[in-house]
Amino acid sequence: MENVTKDIGNALLSKFTDALIQQELILDFPTFTVKKESILAVLAFLYDFELYQFKFMTSLCGVHYPDNPIEKEFCVVYQLHDMVKNQRIRLKVFTSEKHIEVPSVTSLFSTANWLERETYDFFGIKFTGHPNLTKILNMEDQPYFPLRKQYQLEDETREDKDDSKFGR
Amino acid sequence: MNATEIEKNRSELEAKGYTILNLGPTHPATHGIFQNILTMDGDIIIDAVPTVGYIHRAFEKLAERRAFYQITTITDRMNYCSSPINNFGWHMTMEKLLGIEVPKRAQYLRVILMELARIADHLICNSVIGVDTGALSGFLYVFQEREKIYEIYEEICGARLTTNIGRIGGLERDFSPKAWEKIHTFVDTVPRALDEFATLLSRNRIFMDRTVGAGPISAERALNYGFTGPNLRATGVDYDVRVASPYSSYEDFEFDIPIGENGDTYDRFMVRQEEMYQSLSIIKQAIAKLPSGPIHADVPEIYLPPKEDVYNNMEALIYQFKIVMGESNVPVGEVYHSVEGGNGELGFYLISDGGRTPFRLSLRRPCFIYYQAYTEMIKGAMLSDAILTLSSMNVIAGELDA
Repeated sequence: MENVTKDIGNALLSKFTDALIQQELILDFPTFTVKKESILAVLAFLYDFELYQFKFMTSLCGVHYPDNPIEKEFCVVYQLHDMVKNQRIRLKVFTSEKHIEVPSVTSLFSTANWLERETYDFFGIKFTGHPNLTKILNMEDQPYFPLRKQYQLEDETREDKDDSKFGR
Repeated sequence: MNATEIEKNRSELEAKGYTILNLGPTHPATHGIFQNILTMDGDIIIDAVPTVGYIHRAFEKLAERRAFYQITTITDRMNYCSSPINNFGWHMTMEKLLGIEVPKRAQYLRVILMELARIADHLICNSVIGVDTGALSGFLYVFQEREKIYEIYEEICGARLTTNIGRIGGLERDFSPKAWEKIHTFVDTVPRALDEFATLLSRNRIFMDRTVGAGPISAERALNYGFTGPNLRATGVDYDVRVASPYSSYEDFEFDIPIGENGDTYDRFMVRQEEMYQSLSIIKQAIAKLPSGPIHADVPEIYLPPKEDVYNNMEALIYQFKIVMGESNVPVGEVYHSVEGGNGELGFYLISDGGRTPFRLSLRRPCFIYYQAYTEMIKGAMLSDAILTLSSMNVIAGELDA
């Protein structure tokens, strides 16, 4: 697995001079953090990469890290799979809350269409170039993004339940 | 186009001779809460706008406020036709994060339960395809078999539909003699029922006329849309998580991956039909090779102690308290684990920050991912084919909306 991480990391480094920020092996998953501007180019490169063809998008999801340094509060995680060689990788891009925009990858993977809509719905991450970026599971006029950490699960004015002892 | 745009352009579309037809959300033929706004030219579908989220329950947000063991009940309510697979998928994700090795016996018992669940799931899907083509009797026959599977669940965990079966680290109890008796009876009698069901439909002239060529998708498009499970295999791609990345000792069993050719409704039906026989063969192998030994890993800080010990043993009481209050230590880390659910690759992407609850739990729900291809699959088809395509894709509302 470490070789895989190295091979893909080196290929990314030689192809894109400044796209790759970090590469690591988390458990059994080679993970790469790339610049958000180049995510589409990186995915397109990996789609027809000579060693592995990552032609299958397993999942796409957002993560909110409220305690991260500014410019890196939101993360979009892409998990790709080369079914022929059975190799999976994970790509991450970070974006700031102020300019919360990530290029859409729907042109490459049709899967990403609803997954990006879901991520927009729950985190408010705007995917530029998405054909129909509207809320999908929640109401269209819902004014907040529920999976952001500042959004409370329960009504804060409730007094009958003390949640401070449990959860975050 | 989305729903508001259709409403805006309604007069324009109607001037062209098109009809706007609202299918669902609670139409008896959709088997669940799905809404589609169809633009029809006579009987031909020009465009469809699916609306999802009618039973959205915010599982990913709920999971961020629950102790790890409490998330099992959430997974029950995703694909409620095969909830043991979801339960064990979640348990295995946690075991991967915690580095727990589950004893072989527990793994085999899990395999038996997961394959029973797969049979139940496929029975529902296939018999419902029959109902949608007008053949109700097959549905009634196989529901007796499904009932037997639910009785087995009941014998093992006390619940039927939302099973909450097993625990992180193993199973909560071994199968009782009564449960074994029921499993053996099921294994002996179900092939006859499956054969009978197959003779009703698989070579039936009317059924074939209705399903062959209905709602097809090519392998290339299916992969691009992220199809997994029987729907992908019906297009001819032999991807199965049980074989590609084996979990819970699936590498010990021999079974085939049935594949289709055209990716149409008939192929999806036949792939599920054959998978039930394969699942049955896996169950038989697991029963034959079942090792003896403990049914859970020796992890007292994760696995609840027996009740008698809690009342009589100080240490057990402490562990019981710590587990129930969600105080067990969980390492910081990121883990992705996927299982072959009834509908495809069911994945759990868990980010833990070492706290009492997941920092983030993202659920890869196969239904949600492949339902977006539905519009493309029914364009140019007739309305009756659209209903068939929906039921043969086995879109489960609970998993779709999470």
